Amino acid sequence: MFDRRLIKFFDWGLLGLTFFIGFLGLAILYSAVMAEDPGPQKILCIKQLIWYSAGLIVMVLSFLFNYKLLGKWAYAIYLICIILLIAVLFFGTYAGGARRWLILGPVSVQPSEIVKIAVIIILARYYSKHLHTSGLRLRELVTPLIFTLIPFFLIVNQPDLGTAILLILIAGSMTVFVKIEKRSYIYITAFCSILIPAIWFLLKEYQKQRILTFLNPDLDPLGAGYHIIQSKIAVGSGMIFGKGFLQGTQNILDFLPEQHTDFIFSVLAEEWGFVGSLVVLLFFLLIVVRGLTIAYGCRDTFGTILAGGITIFMFWQIVINIGMVIGLMPVVGVPLPFISYGGSSIITLMICIGILMNISMRRFLIE
Amino acid sequence: MGKYLKTADSDWFKQRLIVAMYCVIAVFVVLICRLFYLQVIEGEELRRLSENNCIRLQSIDPPRGLIYDRNGILLVDNRPSFDLSIILKDAKPINNTIEKLSKYIKTNLDDLMPKINKSKGISIYKPFLLKRDIGRDALAVINAHKYELPGVEVNVVPKRHYIERTAAHLIGYLSKMNSDELKSGKYPGCAIGDFIGKFGVEKACESYLRGEPGGRQVEVNATGQIVRILKTVDARPGRNIYLTIDLNLQQKAEKLLEGVAGAVAAMDPTTGEILALASSPSFDQNSFVNGMSHKQWNALISNRLRPMGNKAIQGEYPPASIYKIVTAIAGLEEGIINKDTTFYCQGHYKFGDRDFRCWAEKGHGRVDVVRALAESCDVFFYQVGQKVGIDRLAWYAKACGLGSATRINLDHEASGLVPTAAWKKRRTGVAWQQGETLSVAIGQGYNLVSPLQILVLTSAVANGGIRYKPLILKTIETAEGEIISDDGFHTKREITGKLPASRQTLEIVKKGLWQAVNTGKGTATIASIDGIDISGKTGTAQVVGRKQDETSDEQVVASHLKPHAWFVAFAPSEDPKIAVSVIVEHGRHGSSTAAPIARELIKTYLSSSRVVE
Repeated sequence: MFDRRLIKFFDWGLLGLTFFIGFLGLAILYSAVMAEDPGPQKILCIKQLIWYSAGLIVMVLSFLFNYKLLGKWAYAIYLICIILLIAVLFFGTYAGGARRWLILGPVSVQPSEIVKIAVIIILARYYSKHLHTSGLRLRELVTPLIFTLIPFFLIVNQPDLGTAILLILIAGSMTVFVKIEKRSYIYITAFCSILIPAIWFLLKEYQKQRILTFLNPDLDPLGAGYHIIQSKIAVGSGMIFGKGFLQGTQNILDFLPEQHTDFIFSVLAEEWGFVGSLVVLLFFLLIVVRGLTIAYGCRDTFGTILAGGITIFMFWQIVINIGMVIGLMPVVGVPLPFISYGGSSIITLMICIGILMNISMRRFLIE
Repeated sequence: MGKYLKTADSDWFKQRLIVAMYCVIAVFVVLICRLFYLQVIEGEELRRLSENNCIRLQSIDPPRGLIYDRNGILLVDNRPSFDLSIILKDAKPINNTIEKLSKYIKTNLDDLMPKINKSKGISIYKPFLLKRDIGRDALAVINAHKYELPGVEVNVVPKRHYIERTAAHLIGYLSKMNSDELKSGKYPGCAIGDFIGKFGVEKACESYLRGEPGGRQVEVNATGQIVRILKTVDARPGRNIYLTIDLNLQQKAEKLLEGVAGAVAAMDPTTGEILALASSPSFDQNSFVNGMSHKQWNALISNRLRPMGNKAIQGEYPPASIYKIVTAIAGLEEGIINKDTTFYCQGHYKFGDRDFRCWAEKGHGRVDVVRALAESCDVFFYQVGQKVGIDRLAWYAKACGLGSATRINLDHEASGLVPTAAWKKRRTGVAWQQGETLSVAIGQGYNLVSPLQILVLTSAVANGGIRYKPLILKTIETAEGEIISDDGFHTKREITGKLPASRQTLEIVKKGLWQAVNTGKGTATIASIDGIDISGKTGTAQVVGRKQDETSDEQVVASHLKPHAWFVAFAPSEDPKIAVSVIVEHGRHGSSTAAPIARELIKTYLSSSRVVE
């Protein structure tokens, strides 16, 4: 019954990469947390370790069954995630002006993290059934658009603009990845060039201001602009070899906002310098390349698109987060994979790794 | 479907995956280049900036909105206060710096050190407040020795200043925010220790007055001195507020109340604008801003005369004879009496087995409703009240605005009490006694009203029956002088109800009030002035503890058991411009203590050129 080839094809490389980045992440988190307030914050490291352990279990669960079942269950998974998002709307807890978390027993979860995987799965299933080599036509894009917009608006409403934009980016990149017909591109471009100015015209002054500030943090020198400056100083002050582990000064107390979550890369860059940042970036690149290789090696379209989608997801999350910290991208609340503190983020990423492994170890199975 | 469509298979994807791979690598190269730029090329400069956390944020407090009276006379402004702070990171060696500092500002070292030791856990990069308002002399000394005092900074912070020391209860005061207020979430952007409005208009209009803080990004050197200002966001000053009160009248009211416990409220009966709102004894608003000792605070809150309460809106008193206005309206509207109905008063009225007295022991003889109001005949109103019945009487009282808040835009307004039979049963478990209706009819018994409620009622009688919401804000302006119109109806005339009385009924009541002041036998002749046509009504509210049939020998009664003195008035009787309500606690007779106050206020207001136009 049990196929020995499952072990033979097991992706030890990806597992090794995950473990390595995970441990690195814990070390950086430890440094960030120690700088903040050693007493009560230390528990964050232990919590993160617990999340990682739970993540490993979830990862194993994600590769035990054949990934094709995900295609079969795509709608159910999607529906459950949407229900969770709606539940957040009604029962979610407020923190920092937003309603993002659901309290389930002892833990609080962030359904907007998990919903990204659900969208990837449902799009992979849809595209694998409708795709032709000439690309997707306009009317084949309507259903994926709806699949994306439902969770998008639910997340915007929380409000969590960062996650919502990330969702659009993932879905958009996946769609471009599977190919869109040339004619459709023209229509979409024409449509957007009319719609975007129209929407801009309808927005209220403060909403426009918010979008402009989002695109250019310098317009908010007391908020996002200040964070970016401090973040850039922290990153740059690391110079080539860094100040050394636990030696960062810029992360002390409140100079960097949310340093154990969204701005954690600045702690890394300050303490480990250009060399350390480069090493971490290369490991991230290896994970992304590994994901694409798995998609490459897979022999059915659903698996290929799924692996591609998941890799795209991790790619964007890495690029947006680091891009924000080094002042290349707007300030968006997106965590750095495997390193930022946050249970829902870790669990989601471990599911991603599990699914990639799942696809990788079953690549010999022909449809 | 077109046969040119070919299903995509995994081989077809290989080409696309290779392209994707290149894209990914390209993006990572961009990230690496940027890191190289920041960490290697700019590294040295950014390392320098990081050494002392050189780029810092300073907040700029917005100047709080000013408060004016109705004629634009400034009542409350802000004056600069020099606050001394220290940034612990820069102030090294700390002990040395503090020692010098204590010498320069002539403050005991023992006063400063504990504060510093307590500051553990606060960011060492953030200014930590050592002493507020050190004064210009100390400022000059510190500036002269600036370089011996690293990390020490003096910030000019606007501090609230109550110029005229007037209308303390209406204007209110600022005080430091506490943790409960922080948790309430009503003060976004404020921290514990910030000054917020705690009472009166300062509290009610907090969101208008506060403004929005700004800030600047600055670069500092190793000793914490500002090298340059990188960016500035200006603070938005708070809105300026014009109150409806007339400073001249307000000060007059406060002067007249000096030495007694009581309250005065005056209103323009045609708009509902409050012209004066005074409560006595009062307190010094500036002492809240400057900070007061525990002893001072305890003295304030334990004072038996309750200086911290605004008696004009929070005080609840039996309405006494003022209530006869309500009883008269009820009797006339219910058809129980008309303007010609008379009752005979022989100084007392026997009801059941009790004898209800009239205040005039010898009696008033045969009186109609106008004379009964003018001479405040109790016996007349005992009989009217008895015939109307308690629940109908309560209905009229409520329709006159008693028993519910007037919705003035201030906290802690008392709503008073209008008793009904059901209320008493619910409250005490004992059924209503017929005799109690008689007490209620002359404003004794369970009735409770605030001076403001009575003022609204008086205004309504004066203006032909319209009850206005008492307004305290005339206009709200931006710092640039632009009037803000969308202000949630705080400044707009608003009708809250109409008196349950026809024109004829009101004419009769007004005639009674006119005769009270202007005929020889009226109870309020003391209020009359040459040249001004005043109408009014006295009231003498028995204090709990004395019964109707106890001795009323004034010499025997202890001062805290003396009755409260009421007087309400409006003038000119036709086309009224001002209505006044006065209460003097334990002032004995409305006619002797309260009426002269009302008279002087009306004289002051009507003789000022602004009203005559």
